[in-house]
Amino acid sequence: MLKDVRFAKSHEWISPVAGGVATVGISAYAVEALTDLVFMQLPAVGRKVKAGESIGEIESVKAVSDLYAPVSGEIVEVNSTLPDHLETLGQDPLGAGWIVKIRPDDPAEIDALLDRAAYEALIGSQPH
Amino acid sequence: MSDSVTPPLPRPTSLRETPLCQWHAAHGGRMVDFAGWNMPVQYASIVDEHLATRSSVGLFDVSHMGRLSVTGPGALDWLESMLTRKVAGIVPGQFRYTLVTADAPAPVVILDDALVSRDSDAADGTPRMGLVINAGNRERVVAWLRSRLPATGVELVDHTLDTAMIAVQGPKGVDIVAGLSSGGDGTRIRALGNYRGTTATVAGHAAAVSRTGYTGEDGVEVTVAAADAVAVWEAILAAALPLGGRACGLGARDTLRLEAGMPLYGHELRADSDPFALGLALAVNLEGRTFPGRGALAVLKAGQPERVRIGLDLGSKRSAREGNPVLGGAGGEIGVVTSGSFAPTIGHAVAMALVDPAFASEGTVVEIAIRDARQQARVVGLPFYCRPPGGGKPPAAG
Repeated sequence: MLKDVRFAKSHEWISPVAGGVATVGISAYAVEALTDLVFMQLPAVGRKVKAGESIGEIESVKAVSDLYAPVSGEIVEVNSTLPDHLETLGQDPLGAGWIVKIRPDDPAEIDALLDRAAYEALIGSQPH
Repeated sequence: MSDSVTPPLPRPTSLRETPLCQWHAAHGGRMVDFAGWNMPVQYASIVDEHLATRSSVGLFDVSHMGRLSVTGPGALDWLESMLTRKVAGIVPGQFRYTLVTADAPAPVVILDDALVSRDSDAADGTPRMGLVINAGNRERVVAWLRSRLPATGVELVDHTLDTAMIAVQGPKGVDIVAGLSSGGDGTRIRALGNYRGTTATVAGHAAAVSRTGYTGEDGVEVTVAAADAVAVWEAILAAALPLGGRACGLGARDTLRLEAGMPLYGHELRADSDPFALGLALAVNLEGRTFPGRGALAVLKAGQPERVRIGLDLGSKRSAREGNPVLGGAGGEIGVVTSGSFAPTIGHAVAMALVDPAFASEGTVVEIAIRDARQQARVVGLPFYCRPPGGGKPPAAG
């Protein structure tokens, strides 16, 4: 499954749809770039969101960043234990560090996102 | 994720580099533009660097700060006529915190805050004075001071580019630097009172060592020739690492000074600030003195400030940031946040703000508008963090 994860240019990942629902998190690269994460705000379950819309905040010591919905749909679940265990984002960003589950309006929107190779090319082109 | 994830564009080559810049970049420093200088904001973790400084020692490259010498037979008297802080009576090896003010059309123009020092006297007994100023203000402060130099008797030289300054901050800082000094130098460094300095040989190189800093910890700042910077930095770091110390970036310096309740120029302190409302009365000696801007400062001292500087304890992980409005009981805006962050030693977010004096009493509960959220905060005394007793001696009187 992990190899089928797609990425938004804004560094969120989204899993393939299973049972009508896809899982969303942020990439290891994003966690590493942010560092010192201290606060996370999750969206409300049931909220309808559009692709690119801010659905939460992730704050580091230095700055606050928006978390964007990679596709349009409905938030059906949030990882409510995550804000008190932000270290999970660094330890397992594509697993236990998942952030929300979303029921996509159009699963084809996921296919239009970056595959792993394209995402790695994107971050590889950015200086560390 | 938004812009903060995306790394900065390749560094423009026009940024100034300290003698340690290449070292930082080669050792994992995340380099950013700070006041036109290419500086490390962090190596790995700001929190780890911050906590290492509190518990052991942190090394900070502060070479971007402006370092000026003022020499000649008229040097001391001229600085006495230029600075808000009394310079007369300063003894060799002593440092004082001061403001640099202009006389100007506005009510008051604060060009910078600075440390003024009297170094060891020249062989003929004339005082040699020093000033350490902020990187972002250096050029205008130097230009201002030069414009007011007397025709003879005072020479002002900007040594920023031919020296480096390393802040060695934390409970183990003094011992580490003293241990790298030979003979009586180490003893003299250990014996320094706060805001006192001496010359010494550190790791085999000529240095000026002062018990000063900007972190709320005990420690010293070490100034050496630019050519010696890497050798001295590496020697201090090698002594610090086994003790849990580490190299730190400007990110940790900012969270450390915030916890210590220290104002930062461009944030708490600005050109039109009222220093008395900021709690900086100690930096302004009006009695029997003349200096640029004295009249405007006397008016401020006699008046009632519209805004005063306070500490705010948010008790949350969510941080307030500079510019966030502070709201009073009825939801009206009563002030603005000047600095805010998660405070690693305290474990939650704190902020400094300028607010209506009616809301400045400790224990007052206010709200801060942080993006779309409202965060309650309680007014607390500054500093947020006080280091445990011991270490440096209290500052000498005067």
